Amino acid sequence: MSAKVINITMNGLPMEVYEGMNVLEAARIMGIDIPTLCYDEGLSSYGACRLCIVEIGPQDRTKVVSSCTYRCEEGLEIRTHSKRVMDTRKMILELLVCSTPGSKTIQDLAAAHGVITARFKPEHEDCMLCGLCVRMCKEQMMATAIDFAGRGPDRRITTPFDEASALCRHCGGCMFICPACSSRCMGPDADTTLCSSCLNLSPSCVEVYDHQQCWMPPGCGTCIRPEGDYLPATGRISEVKTEA
Amino acid sequence: MSLDNPIRSSGELEDLHGVLVERRSEDHLCISICTGTGCVVGGAESVVDAFVEVISEMGLEEKIEVKPTGCHGFCEMGPLVTMTPSGYFYPQVHARDAREIVEKTLLNNEVVEKLLYHDPQTDEAIAREADVPFYKHQKRIILAENGHLNPTDIEDYISIGGYKGLAHVLDEMNPDEVITCVIDSGLAGRGGAGFPTGKKWEICQKQPSEPKYLVCNADEGDPGAYMDRSILEGNPHRVIEGMCIGAFAIGASQGFIYVRHEYPLAVERITLAIEDARTAGLLGEDIMGSGLNFDLKVVRGAGAFVCGEESALLKSLEGLKGEPKQRPPFPVEKGFQNKPTVINNVETWANVPHIINNGPEWFVGFGTEGSAGTKIFSLVGKVNNTGLVEVPMGVTIREIVFDIGGGIPNGKEFKAVQTGGPAGGCLPTSMLDLPVDFHALQEAGTIMGSGGLIVMDEDTCMVDVARYFTKFLEEESCGKCYSCRKGTQRMRELLDDICEGRGTPGHLALLEELGHAVNTASMCGLGQNAANPMLSTLRHFRDEYEAHINEHRCSAGVCTELIQYTILEEFCDGCAACSKVCPSECIVGEKDSLHTIITEDCIKCGSCLNVCTRGAVLITSGGGV
Repeated sequence: MSAKVINITMNGLPMEVYEGMNVLEAARIMGIDIPTLCYDEGLSSYGACRLCIVEIGPQDRTKVVSSCTYRCEEGLEIRTHSKRVMDTRKMILELLVCSTPGSKTIQDLAAAHGVITARFKPEHEDCMLCGLCVRMCKEQMMATAIDFAGRGPDRRITTPFDEASALCRHCGGCMFICPACSSRCMGPDADTTLCSSCLNLSPSCVEVYDHQQCWMPPGCGTCIRPEGDYLPATGRISEVKTEA
Repeated sequence: MSLDNPIRSSGELEDLHGVLVERRSEDHLCISICTGTGCVVGGAESVVDAFVEVISEMGLEEKIEVKPTGCHGFCEMGPLVTMTPSGYFYPQVHARDAREIVEKTLLNNEVVEKLLYHDPQTDEAIAREADVPFYKHQKRIILAENGHLNPTDIEDYISIGGYKGLAHVLDEMNPDEVITCVIDSGLAGRGGAGFPTGKKWEICQKQPSEPKYLVCNADEGDPGAYMDRSILEGNPHRVIEGMCIGAFAIGASQGFIYVRHEYPLAVERITLAIEDARTAGLLGEDIMGSGLNFDLKVVRGAGAFVCGEESALLKSLEGLKGEPKQRPPFPVEKGFQNKPTVINNVETWANVPHIINNGPEWFVGFGTEGSAGTKIFSLVGKVNNTGLVEVPMGVTIREIVFDIGGGIPNGKEFKAVQTGGPAGGCLPTSMLDLPVDFHALQEAGTIMGSGGLIVMDEDTCMVDVARYFTKFLEEESCGKCYSCRKGTQRMRELLDDICEGRGTPGHLALLEELGHAVNTASMCGLGQNAANPMLSTLRHFRDEYEAHINEHRCSAGVCTELIQYTILEEFCDGCAACSKVCPSECIVGEKDSLHTIITEDCIKCGSCLNVCTRGAVLITSGGGV
């Protein structure tokens, strides 16, 4: 990384960053939390999960890009939590939670973003093809035993020709980094589409309250539910809201 | 003088051009037969053979030249035959007509009445190509040459002034002047995005990194679009000349032509053209003695639609998986092997020599402000004159569909036109007077794309259209971006629900919400436009979606789950034609008495409707007809 310092504007605040740094890193330096699934500091950026999207450019002609793959450039204006970004993130999380409900990482992110509907047909995919394992294997373990194959609906992560790979040393790096394998949601009903049980625990396992700088007692949850839609004492959101 | 030796200077090219023109001008009769794919299917090859045979039988080989050419454009009427210099034109020619055409038209200059083209609207017989409405309303610059060129003969190309633009550039211009000329012409990328070509060249030229590369994007994957293929098949040297001019301006020494593997004839023609140009000293080292070194290589795509996207194309070119990557850095900064690379569409490259030859002002003279020049569209679907049309930017869709395309067949009503390929959008009747230029189409919620125009009539269900294109995009998405891979799948599922009668009012709101998210969050052009087919039909044909959901009615009678076939008592004469073809044997009735369809067993294949001569079979949907 070159040492040249450039000026950017992050959520209206001027900021100096090194040239070549990506927008996500810059935001994290500022303490701005941008959710990610397919990003890891130790690996190259890929831009598959699209959760880290931010809005860039001057007000009248902005565009939305993934912050992990977009490099800071002089004068860049960035909005990390605009309505357009938040609406889109929420929709992606709804897509994720409907297809990969067994991942705690995804359930937590969905809860943190106030995803309270799961309107798509439930699926139970174990992999959202974020590609962390592929990059882990290649960049940190220097093995390149697995990679993507196929495209569109046939896309999958596999070894060459689906045969056991001689390059694999069974190091487990892929499983370690996987957001679906490493933190399988072991809630009361792990396989319901939208679990959200953690919301009703006290204290909550989700950092949603800190995150929104709310000082209400933990578990109140009003901020992420539509007004007047209170939970039954023992009920779970999934029972109330899921249109399965 | 001939092409036995490489051309070493522009003077030599001039001399050769002179010789070729002279050789062909003395009462030179030529018969051009279209051997584009459409006409070949119609039997053009046997027509060529028949003419060759008849002419050699009559001993007229010296006098009459038979020229198999590239696509003339009027594919609906193939095989097409035109005669020069008379300009006579015969559509749908059969091999058996060859003798009559040679005897009457070529030797005695009289027309063969029964073979003439008849205007379907006025039923008037038209003898000359230039008077046919399909051609009359066009402004053909690139396509016009297709009809007069033997694409496998470099001399033929030189005889119409080929490589003159390159000679002019090498002799009299410097790279900056060439770039200024292209910028002034306002030429914008013909592949769809419409980025100013000259600007792109300028940025690339200024990059300090060496070497620089050029790419011709011929990975034309839109269903129903074939203008790039027709240029490569019919006029490959025009593309090569354009790329040589680009190489001189940008300072590139290597170029690639990335062409679909599914275009074998285009691959064959361009490969041959590259070899010929190399032999002629117009490609390779020290082009025309000017010191310019530039060579071309043909690379075949492996059949992924997404590889038409420039960053995915580059990956594919490097031998990697065809997957788009984040721009910037743009290919002009870091492209092929991280070196500055200019990627332009076939049509863009083919326009370059014309701009050099005629000057930028000439090019600006066509089209609208912001969209200069002409654009080739492939006009397909429910339209009388299917084919390739070249029109100045800014003509209205009505002119293209009705004046050139001759309107909708069988007296049906126009319903919509889909522009910009699968990721484009559908425009309704109310938008027929929309001018086709980059800006106006964007405003209307669709895109120019590479120039596909699919016309749909009243028998088309717009929900089904949205479902079809969404499914296409789902399958062709590279799958990298979650929003695109999962989003297209979910959109298709929701559209399936609506088409199969499971739709709820919530479906529409969810579709809209999801569609905007998919377009917003995805990385490349495919994902960013993946919701267009659904969003544009939902915008312009919302009532149809609502009818599917609320009344379970498909007014076009397309969605099989929502329709029933019935036989009308007053029309059925009991001929039993329907019961004979019914594959599920669910039509019952005695001979000469009323037949009925057992709805529960009907698979809704439509065979009965097709065979009934009395119009007794009726499609009903949701209580309506």
